[in-house]
Amino acid sequence: MIEIEGITKRYDATTVVDDVSMVIEPRTIAVIVGTSGSGKTTLLRMINRLVEPTAGVIRLDGADNRSLPGYELRRSIGYTIQGHGLFPHRTVAQNIATVPVLLGWDAARTKRRVDELMTLYQLDPQAFGPRYPHELSGGQQQRVGVARALAAEPNVLLMDEPFGALDPIIRNKAQEDLRAIQKRFGTTIILVTHDMEEAVRMGDKIAVMDAGKLVQYARPAEILAKPASAFVETLVGASEKPFRLLSLGRVRDAVETGTAEGEAIPADVSQRDALAELLWSGRPALPVTGADGKPLGRVTVDGLVKRAARPA
Amino acid sequence: MTTRFDKLGVIIAAIVAYAAFAAPFATLRANRIVPGEARSILEALPPTLGPLLLAVVVVAAVVALLKTPLALRLAASVVALAALALLIGVAGSFLTPEGNSFARISPASGFWLLIFAFTLLLADGLTRLNLSPSARIGVLVVAAAAIGLLLVSGSWNSLSILKEYANRADSFWAEGSKHVTLALGSLAAAVLVGLPLGILCHRVEKLRAGVLNALNIIQTIPSIALFGLLIAPLGWVATHVPGAASLGIRGIGTAPAFVALFLYSLLPVVANTVVGLAGVPRAANDAARGMGMTERQRLFGVEFPLAFPVILTGIRIVLVQNIGLATIAALIGGGGFGVFVFQGVGQTAMDLVLLGAVPTVAMAFTAAIILDALIEMTSTRRREAQPA
Repeated sequence: MIEIEGITKRYDATTVVDDVSMVIEPRTIAVIVGTSGSGKTTLLRMINRLVEPTAGVIRLDGADNRSLPGYELRRSIGYTIQGHGLFPHRTVAQNIATVPVLLGWDAARTKRRVDELMTLYQLDPQAFGPRYPHELSGGQQQRVGVARALAAEPNVLLMDEPFGALDPIIRNKAQEDLRAIQKRFGTTIILVTHDMEEAVRMGDKIAVMDAGKLVQYARPAEILAKPASAFVETLVGASEKPFRLLSLGRVRDAVETGTAEGEAIPADVSQRDALAELLWSGRPALPVTGADGKPLGRVTVDGLVKRAARPA
Repeated sequence: MTTRFDKLGVIIAAIVAYAAFAAPFATLRANRIVPGEARSILEALPPTLGPLLLAVVVVAAVVALLKTPLALRLAASVVALAALALLIGVAGSFLTPEGNSFARISPASGFWLLIFAFTLLLADGLTRLNLSPSARIGVLVVAAAAIGLLLVSGSWNSLSILKEYANRADSFWAEGSKHVTLALGSLAAAVLVGLPLGILCHRVEKLRAGVLNALNIIQTIPSIALFGLLIAPLGWVATHVPGAASLGIRGIGTAPAFVALFLYSLLPVVANTVVGLAGVPRAANDAARGMGMTERQRLFGVEFPLAFPVILTGIRIVLVQNIGLATIAALIGGGGFGVFVFQGVGQTAMDLVLLGAVPTVAMAFTAAIILDALIEMTSTRRREAQPA
């Protein structure tokens, strides 16, 4: 659990982060979203003390984050940034081993962990371990960046625009991978982005920041349904709201009894994608199949449209 | 339309044509300071060897002129250079009158132009080969070994510059080691002081402009003026600081030369350290801090290795510059190869000037090749594709 209490950061006369308080539940993803200059990155960097707050306290699992020297604290917290920040003079394996080496793990344990993470990220340790970052594609570099951040099994992972430099298709994949790995390790993730789409897709909770202030901190559905201010409303995008709401739910939750003609749609596809498929193919309903291929029922345009309406 | 001529080859062939047929190959002088008489290739060599050398350089020039395979061009340049190197020695013995130890035979403009032309051809060929850094050092070693062999074998002993050497063999090596000590010692001192200073300038922005400007100003002081400026403070140190004089610190001599070279060396070292550190990717630095490296771990583990090729470039500049500048040290009694240069100028004995100048140029050239290769190795090591 991460408790942020009355955190403020001032540089001379300008207040970058203004009295922010929030609690991040363990094993969840909290997304901090805001425009550039909203203070979201500064807030993130105060958690691992790359930036020291002017006032306020941050507690990790109850312990003040100032109870350790900064560098020791940072070794226990994963950290990834936009443009990955891999060390160009070190191989992929050496990059991933950075924090284990800093922590003084023995060579065998470090190697085991590096191999495990590379395998998890679909990078063959034999083939990719000895390569240098510049020999990898953008998507691979990003995966190495996250693997490096997770190397010492941190409970908390801080991510600053981790997917910013990726093209849309790879970004989708990277987001799914992160979700899967977060579930697997139970890591608490705080992710900074300016992209509301990403926030809605990734976040268990979304913190909206504007001019250093925390404007709203709530579940995605609530942010969409009840934006706390005109700013949040703009950020959500008025014309996008119904679709973002749909993108939160899976088809399996919208299944109705009955049958439909045509090719079936899997139950774990988002409701938004299902609606898009319905509209595009010009049909009123689609059959739905479960993971085992058995028919579950159908989704209808009418049913999805009702779900896209503003929640009461 | 495509020409069948090689562009550089046209120039090389023109130089060779002039040098082989119109310029003197060797100069014969009755003693070391009188003006000499010119001798052409045919006059300077025995009847069989003269035409042979002419044939070799003409064929090599034709190879250079036409668009020929790279291997042939390299072979032609190596054969021509070898023939020139061997036969200039033969010309020396051939032209020296029997039993005359005052006569001086030296290579003349034609010889130097031929050497220049075929070195150009060789360098062009080696550039086109795109050799790896270690292969370049290999070529350098082979060339140095060949020259060394010629020197040791005594086939050049009849040439004027080696006659000067024979008269001064002891002081040649003594001044040579002084030269190297001056150049390398001042470099080492500059690295020891310049690296930390550069790191400090990188970290403390307020310091940067001031330090770099001060070093820039030092760089613009002419070397002789700097020697003059150093006489007073070093003289004061020698008389007032106990033990300084016994360490060899005096207003003139090695100490001011060393200090001057050291001061000249600082700017390239400090400036390149600052530039190198500034070129370290921000993201890599941020990630290093974010993962919990201490300042020292970040400096030695991330910043320094990434800045190293740029810092090494600064060291290369300093080394080549110092090897050349150390010649001036002789003016204030600092020793080094400059001793021969200035003695030679004083005696109007060009051979003696060359005895000081040739090894200096050779050393600077060697240092440049070796350090260029090192720079390339350190900066490409991380870019080279690893076998998967």
